[in-house]
Amino acid sequence: MNPEFEMVVGLEVHTQLLTRSKLFCRCENRFGAAPNTLVCPVCLGHPGVLPVLNEEAVRLGIRLGLALGCTVHTRSVFDRKHYFYPDLPKGYQISQFTHPLLTGGSLSVRSGEGVREIRLHRIHMEEDAGKNLHAGIRDASHVDLNRAGVPLLEIVSEPDIRTPEEAVDYLKKLRQILRAIGISDGNMEEGSFRCDANVSLRRKGTSAFGTKVEIKNMNSFRFVQKALVHECDRQSALLERGERVVSETRLFDSSTGKTLSMRSKEEALDYRYFPEPDLPPLVLDPTWIAEERANLPELPQERVLKLSEELGIREEDAEALLLEEDLSRYFEEARGVVVRYAKEGGWPVELGTGRLVNFILSEVLREWNRKGARILSGDLCPEEVAYLVAQVVEERISLNQAKEVYVLAVESLRSPRAVIKEHNLSQESGEEKLGEWIQEVLAENPAEVRSYREGKERVFGFLVGQVMKKSGGKANPQKANLLLKDYLSR
Amino acid sequence: MTPLFDGIASFAQGRDSRKFSIEEAVRDCLARIENLDPQLGAFLSLNPNAVNRARQLDNRMARNPAQSPFYGYPVAIKDNLHVAGMPTTCASRMLANYRPLENATVVDRLLKAGAVILGKTNMDEFAMGSSTENSAMGVTRNPWDTRRVPGGSSGGSAVAVASDMAPMALGSDTGGSIRQPAAFCGVLGLKPTYGRISRYGLVAFSSSLDQIGPFARHAQDALEMMLVLSGPDGRDMTVASRNPEEMRRDFASEVRGMVIGMPEEFFSDGLDDGVRSSLERAREVLAADGAIFRPVRLPSAQYGINVYYIIATSEAASNLSRYDGVRYGYRSLKASNIRDLYTHTRQEGFGPEVKRRILLGTFALSAGYQDQYYRKAQQVQSLIREEFDRAFHEVDMVFAPTTPTPPFLFGEKSSDPLAMYLSDIYTISANLAGLPALSVPSWPTAEGLPVGAQLIGPAWSEGRLLKVASVLEEAVGVCRPPMTGERQGGEAA
Repeated sequence: MNPEFEMVVGLEVHTQLLTRSKLFCRCENRFGAAPNTLVCPVCLGHPGVLPVLNEEAVRLGIRLGLALGCTVHTRSVFDRKHYFYPDLPKGYQISQFTHPLLTGGSLSVRSGEGVREIRLHRIHMEEDAGKNLHAGIRDASHVDLNRAGVPLLEIVSEPDIRTPEEAVDYLKKLRQILRAIGISDGNMEEGSFRCDANVSLRRKGTSAFGTKVEIKNMNSFRFVQKALVHECDRQSALLERGERVVSETRLFDSSTGKTLSMRSKEEALDYRYFPEPDLPPLVLDPTWIAEERANLPELPQERVLKLSEELGIREEDAEALLLEEDLSRYFEEARGVVVRYAKEGGWPVELGTGRLVNFILSEVLREWNRKGARILSGDLCPEEVAYLVAQVVEERISLNQAKEVYVLAVESLRSPRAVIKEHNLSQESGEEKLGEWIQEVLAENPAEVRSYREGKERVFGFLVGQVMKKSGGKANPQKANLLLKDYLSR
Repeated sequence: MTPLFDGIASFAQGRDSRKFSIEEAVRDCLARIENLDPQLGAFLSLNPNAVNRARQLDNRMARNPAQSPFYGYPVAIKDNLHVAGMPTTCASRMLANYRPLENATVVDRLLKAGAVILGKTNMDEFAMGSSTENSAMGVTRNPWDTRRVPGGSSGGSAVAVASDMAPMALGSDTGGSIRQPAAFCGVLGLKPTYGRISRYGLVAFSSSLDQIGPFARHAQDALEMMLVLSGPDGRDMTVASRNPEEMRRDFASEVRGMVIGMPEEFFSDGLDDGVRSSLERAREVLAADGAIFRPVRLPSAQYGINVYYIIATSEAASNLSRYDGVRYGYRSLKASNIRDLYTHTRQEGFGPEVKRRILLGTFALSAGYQDQYYRKAQQVQSLIREEFDRAFHEVDMVFAPTTPTPPFLFGEKSSDPLAMYLSDIYTISANLAGLPALSVPSWPTAEGLPVGAQLIGPAWSEGRLLKVASVLEEAVGVCRPPMTGERQGGEAA
């Protein structure tokens, strides 16, 4: 993308709600059942049926509104949105158009080194459609209506997002909140958390919006990132050539990483919205809203602040630990074990937790990301990572050694204890032995010693490295550092 | 061919005194259907289990006395209401082979009270029409003059009751579809307050206007049926939480001192002279009973037709979207892709009037026209409501003709949709305002054609409307079409 341009992105997220039954009937709300087994006359759109609103879905909507600081409207209205498609049994979707359940609110996302508030436009309730199946069927398409009528919240942001990274962080933060308040499992692969993006470019420093393009079919965070980068490049190239961006809907193709035109604005459907006559306006009792507010669990952002204060770690680190439940659970378990080591070893627990946070966010997370999965067989359990951290705190091995042990242990499916023993890893902190190595290094590098003493302090690092090398990696780096300085100043 | 009983009271008495069995009562109706329906065409299908059920009810009654006046009572059901085990065709090719999976709530309630369903009755396709001529299933004739239409859309139900093939029937009323055929066939028809009765299992035409209601010979019977049908239903969120018993209480109120409004807009030039003089006679009877008549103004009612044909068609176009050939109902065999499947299925499955209304409704809601049509119609609808509200500060109910003319001839209006639409001019505003309204037989015209008097009341006033209707019923006396065989009223009761 030409750096003179700025990207402007608004996101529309559809999240399925974790209710037991569908939004307007009593059919089970569940993913993965055999096709057309979770259906009834209501969600099949038979003649004569009427919708009955699922109160639990409303409750979950209220919770999200409260968590995101939205205005929860005590009166909202359902509307019909019309289009013909085989997966839409009634020929219309029951949604909310002019009077949504929630408006306003915001979500703070990480932007470079800072934080930006992304404002929310609205959140409304609607029913999901079924699924058309084409794969493996000759000369026909099949329809599975298990998903038809599953409750959704559509969360529409303002066009406040400026980078693909912000977009991804927005989605992660949103999903974290959905999970924290227990309203959605946020599973992008199963489609319970779906995202469309409205993307446009404008010259930096200007405030008018460019022509926007809607992008669909991005079913992972990685694809969102890729699609936005590609779309910005595409629009940027068009604008640089003096061409115009066409208002249209484009599909992201994950196999090519590109977006393809699906339909232009001229082909856009006329949804003929009008108030759903089968459902009276949804009127909420303010005491209900107050109750939900009182019952709201601690939100991720509050937990981040608390954790960073409690452990004396950076907010960013606390946020990283809490962003995913697997990771934070892993951390909590390991932390418990570190506390025990601290008690037994008689050292302050803060020494251990700081190192543990770093270790998990670097080594463990790297391993997970490399495998693209969480907590696999062969992975080290939290107790084992706590053990490594304690070994480092107690100066039995160095941090670098601990990292090596971690990698070796994961690769060889063995315990860190066994790896340490096998490789005879230990750390030398004794001044006598360290002094021996230092003296040898000083003797072997007279020129560097001279430059250091003449003021070239950069040479110090080189000398430390030589000491580590001579020790075969066993020298305690901090101790070696101090002692080396001591020798050089003599 | 005199019916075994006349009305629910005489039925219950005959049943409990073992004058006749339930099976005999049901067979009596079936015999009349067999005799008369080939000429009249009221029924689209008969319940093959009617006699069986009657026998079962008889057996059960041998052990326990009947708990409900409806125990064993035969009824006919308009073919847009679901009866499990029987087809629901809506008189449309689209649903010719459709069988519902469950009963409509009203059918459930009737069955629970012990009623025996005789069959399903003809109607205008998807309840769109005023003469039953729009049925894809055949013609229904007016028993008073078989050259004439029975009215519509609930023409079959009206004819079934008028000719004693069924003592009572259910219909649905969106713009007059119960009251207009009731007037044309000389029976009582009631459209309840919107939200009084669950619509679950009624195939929707215009959801915000549709309401199910009874056809009966007697106001008392209509009341009894209303008590069975009414009240909250977990399957329809638009039903109000009103206690149906208020209707019984109101039915006991006095006509003396009631203030009845005469809206001049309903007695203007378009009104047939025969209808006018019949209503004048009805007014005199009520006045003699102590009712006080007073003029009221309902100036916006004249826009009712315009408003109705925007709101009802908008909702109809939406409600009928589901008939796409994908999951049930008619499916065209011509299609080779999804677009063609929709086009051909709907082209072949719907009749011309249904298509006309889908087009009107789609247009009225389309982008760029919504404000001009749908929104404007909603605004006028509010005006009509407010005018009724104001009128009901001064009067207890409104008295008006049900239809501008007596029943018309076949084909007389079927080629002119507007003329046909105008036959609902007096009934539509009650639907738009969500108010209860009924048509009760007044004196026939000099030509011997039935006339209906309409009463429109404030919300939840069905009991009082029926009370006033019962006074007229008594004054007018026996009101039976000649072809069904003459018989004196009150004999069995």
